[in-house]
Amino acid sequence: MGAQKKGATARVSEDPEELARHPLQAILLADSFTTKFRPITLERPKVLLPLANIPMIDYTLAWLESAGVEEVFVFCCAHSKQVIDYLESSDWSSQPNFLVATIESHNSISAGDALRLIYERHVIHGDFVLISGDTVSNMSLTQALQEHKERRKKDANAIMTMVVKQSKPSPITQQSRLGTDELFMAINPDTKQLLCYEDKAEYSKGFISLDKTLIADNPSTVLHNDKQDCYIDICSEEVLSLFTDNFDYQHLRRHFVKGLLVDDIMGYKIFTHEIHSSYAARIDNFRSYDTISKDIIQRWTYPFVPDVLCGNSAIRVERRGTYRASEITLSRSAQIGPFIVIGQGTEIGNDTKISHSVIGEGCTIGSNVTIEGSYIWNNVTIEDGCELRHAIVCDGVTMKSGAVLEPGVVLSFKVVVGQQFVVPAYSMVSLLQQPTQQDSDEELEYADSSSGNVELPSAKLNGDITSDLSETRHGPTSELGTGGVGYIWSIFEGGHDEEWRHSVAPIPTDKLAKIMLDKDEDEELLTQDGNVLSPSGELKSDSDANDSEDGDNEGSRDDYVSFEKEVEATFLRAVHENVKVDHVILEVNALRLSYNMASVDCAGAIFYSMMKLAVESPHSSSSELHRNAADVITTWQNLLKSFLHDIDEEIEVILKFEEICLESAKEFSPLFAQILHLLYDKDILEEDAILRWADEKEGADESDKVFVQRAEKFLQWLREAEEEED
Amino acid sequence: MDFQVVVLAGGTSKNLTPLVSKEVPKPLLPVANRPVLYYVLHQLEQSNLKDLIVVVEGKDAALLVGGWISGTFVDRLHVEIAAVPEDIGSAGAIRAISHHLTANDILVVSGDLVSDVPPGAVAANHRRHDAVVTAMLCSVPISGPSESGSSGGKDKTKKPGRYNIIGLDPGKQFLLHIATGAEIEKDTRLQKRILRAVGEMEIRSDLMDAHMYAFKRSVLQEVLDRKDTLQSLKQDVLPYLVRSQLKSEALSNRIPRAEENGNEKVSSQNNQVMVSQILANASTPSFHDLCSVSHDGSAPIRKTHKCCAYIASSSSYCARLNSIQAFMDINRDVTGEADHLLSSISDHNNIVGPSTKLGTKTTVGPHCMLGEGSEMGDKCQVKRSVIGRHCRIGSHVKVVNSVVMNHVTIGDGCIIQGSVICSNVQLQERVVLKDCQVGAGFVVTAGSEYKGESLARKEK
Repeated sequence: MGAQKKGATARVSEDPEELARHPLQAILLADSFTTKFRPITLERPKVLLPLANIPMIDYTLAWLESAGVEEVFVFCCAHSKQVIDYLESSDWSSQPNFLVATIESHNSISAGDALRLIYERHVIHGDFVLISGDTVSNMSLTQALQEHKERRKKDANAIMTMVVKQSKPSPITQQSRLGTDELFMAINPDTKQLLCYEDKAEYSKGFISLDKTLIADNPSTVLHNDKQDCYIDICSEEVLSLFTDNFDYQHLRRHFVKGLLVDDIMGYKIFTHEIHSSYAARIDNFRSYDTISKDIIQRWTYPFVPDVLCGNSAIRVERRGTYRASEITLSRSAQIGPFIVIGQGTEIGNDTKISHSVIGEGCTIGSNVTIEGSYIWNNVTIEDGCELRHAIVCDGVTMKSGAVLEPGVVLSFKVVVGQQFVVPAYSMVSLLQQPTQQDSDEELEYADSSSGNVELPSAKLNGDITSDLSETRHGPTSELGTGGVGYIWSIFEGGHDEEWRHSVAPIPTDKLAKIMLDKDEDEELLTQDGNVLSPSGELKSDSDANDSEDGDNEGSRDDYVSFEKEVEATFLRAVHENVKVDHVILEVNALRLSYNMASVDCAGAIFYSMMKLAVESPHSSSSELHRNAADVITTWQNLLKSFLHDIDEEIEVILKFEEICLESAKEFSPLFAQILHLLYDKDILEEDAILRWADEKEGADESDKVFVQRAEKFLQWLREAEEEED
Repeated sequence: MDFQVVVLAGGTSKNLTPLVSKEVPKPLLPVANRPVLYYVLHQLEQSNLKDLIVVVEGKDAALLVGGWISGTFVDRLHVEIAAVPEDIGSAGAIRAISHHLTANDILVVSGDLVSDVPPGAVAANHRRHDAVVTAMLCSVPISGPSESGSSGGKDKTKKPGRYNIIGLDPGKQFLLHIATGAEIEKDTRLQKRILRAVGEMEIRSDLMDAHMYAFKRSVLQEVLDRKDTLQSLKQDVLPYLVRSQLKSEALSNRIPRAEENGNEKVSSQNNQVMVSQILANASTPSFHDLCSVSHDGSAPIRKTHKCCAYIASSSSYCARLNSIQAFMDINRDVTGEADHLLSSISDHNNIVGPSTKLGTKTTVGPHCMLGEGSEMGDKCQVKRSVIGRHCRIGSHVKVVNSVVMNHVTIGDGCIIQGSVICSNVQLQERVVLKDCQVGAGFVVTAGSEYKGESLARKEK
């Protein structure tokens, strides 16, 4: 690793007095607190997974060393023993000027917990680099650090500098390249201050919302969809104490960054540093594993490439991006390349074709095997005639002759695939059974399994149980064909349509087209018709409120607007996730209490949400709109009824409806009488309420009576019915 | 240039009472002793855009405006005057005169715009990009005289809502988002689709829509026909076009139909299309083109249209006369920092009409203007003010930061600060006015003092 040392010494000489005070420190999180790499991560921590035959953590550590970091605290949680053992046995424990210390925890379930624990240890003094152990980069920290320090001198509140990178200019690049969620960032172009960070599409699906104060404070703001978050952060000490102060912060981005930006805690600010020519990316899922492996093979990450990193087991680089370790037995008739890595002691048989793949150490590959775009780890046996496309095959796997892996398959440790068996696309196969309990919070799962089940996988790895397993699962009944060992994990709820998104296999073209269309769909609804929606694309909820509570002061009006928004969000969630009506009632009641609203307001807000849903569902004519509205009302009538206790509340609903027709969704106005009738038929509104509403309007202005007139026929009918009864 | 210009001159705007009246509609309000409409027409003439329709609200006002234009621009401009009912909004005004529009592109200018940005540049930019709409954007003016500070209080109520929130592409050529009116006070919501297409969007709150737009006629008419609820160009039509720029399903298929109808026009129109396509292709493909290309052939090709922005350089002057404060600011600026809008400036940085009579020890400071035929008594002071024609001003009068229109009589010892005095007003002796507006023909009795009031004759 001579090349990197140069960087380290150069850094020292540049800024001697700064470093004299504090050696540059880094916190490396050797646990991603996610479950994206299951089932592999049930048995081995993510940071030790090989990337072009070298554990991921080595890339991260090598970069930290080259970037001038002198002390690294490796935080281990899941499979902490394996990480610590690995670090102790590797060169990293004996490097001069580069201290690697481990911090072990058994009960941390998030990055937040990890940082709180580190804070308690009091090991960090001054600025530090926060990185997770799955990040590959070759950027120089010098400039970013300098910027960070200068900003700190001027403004003590600038506590974090986030590294971002331009991603390729295509609308779907992020999906197709790294498989990460699409990210929107607002950055002040002059100061580079980060103003907004949104990585999860929330309820406002087709839109991104910027706070008005943010715009007012910054005459110019650049909103980016073309940047990629590298997950390399330069932090000041305050970051750790902030995590301790806000004990509910778990996720670095979702809680910490958004928390700082949204809640404006103590005026702390986050800045960005953009890198242009150097490389930085984080392995977040199988897709980014694939992409980053390819980048490494194509030497974008130089000097962090296999031949430079592995000084000891001389790897030769040949033309067409072929990396060969020593002692490889290669048949003459085998066709190798382009862009492949072959590990030490691997044997490859006759007429075998391998391209765009990584083959680990000590593998045995038979004849007539086709391997394309796959990652085969160590000591894998692939018998004759197998076919692998875009698959990940972990250590010790055996593929019996003629077995086929379709794109996107992951075979975890020591799985055996039976003869001629075809593993269907996107399957996850493991010796371990799929954990039955699917925790709703994905961040908890990994940690749970790691603290609870650690013993189990290690026992199995030893092979004690493997024999039992193979006995019990032997025979034609096995999920993996004759002689196969392992369970095919069922794709769990929610992940069903998403499997291709994060898989190693390239995204099928039809899916690509689908992404594009999906993304547009929701916007289609919102912008379909300029009449339906105000220019912001939103129903003018506040103007409704203005009218209904004209006399009230500003504050309560704002309250009502946000209350209405909350109710709407609750309602939409109920619609999309099929929440039971009882639960919705509970939630709305809770909202009512927290906003100090009357139940009259609840009825109004729920009715508003229902109508908004109806108007946003696709429709081309008013009769379709009527049908939409009827559907929504029929489905959710119980919800609405439960808030209509007396006649005043019913009148409120009618008034609300008038407002909707007048202002936010004028499309409804021709349907006013029809929908009123519908509400009456469904027993949502009683005739008394409707008649009283009409009476109240009697004395109103001419303009105010438009809807009474529209409904005149219906009112007439009601009155007559009443008289008859009398 | 095949451009038709529509000047929306307005009528008797409520914002500007008591300055405007039946006799002086808004287009004829004096800015440095010239009607405000002069500045727009002058700029259009300079850009060789001579085919105009001036739209005035109200028949009486239209007669007055028409009379003035034919008197001033006789033979220089080809002007049609169209009277439209009041309160139909700018979109309504265009609808009303729609049948007069024949050219391929329409330039719509607000008659209250006082600017040195050449309209021709906006038109050229529009043509170059083959855009559906091009909006001129300028920097938000810094309102209120900084040194007096007297109008500070008034500003606060007027300043919000005056500017826009505007989204631009990195090249600052395309308009990606625009928020107007009440939306500015809310959180800004941006379409992710546009963001995805363009990758990076700059959000500016320091730019203002100057109400000068170039429209493709076919699209403008189509939109106005189909969406009869659109009221205002600025608040409805422009945001609508901007919002739908990546999927203008109805808008684009209008064009081939237009070609079918008019047989004799087909050839010329084809040429026009060709030229604009060549021009558009000459530049690197915009995100619109990239977005409309399907990614694998199976997705339907989307229709897009371009909304462009012409951003006036920060040194240029641009202001709209749409409030009393703006009226004062513009009067001050046109005689002051933006005096290049006027052609004749004397050595003292002020303009004193040829036949004005000044008493002894009377000083007229820089950035002032005195209309011809006005007389001033002894020991008067005029600072940063505009005084109209044929005014009679007594002795010991102080006029600071004010606008005095024509035929005003000011008695001895009056002090006028930050005020607007309309035509034919009579101020008797020792009147003190601060931040006041005095409507036409009003008489202020001797010795009275007013502060921050609006004085006008009662309506009959």
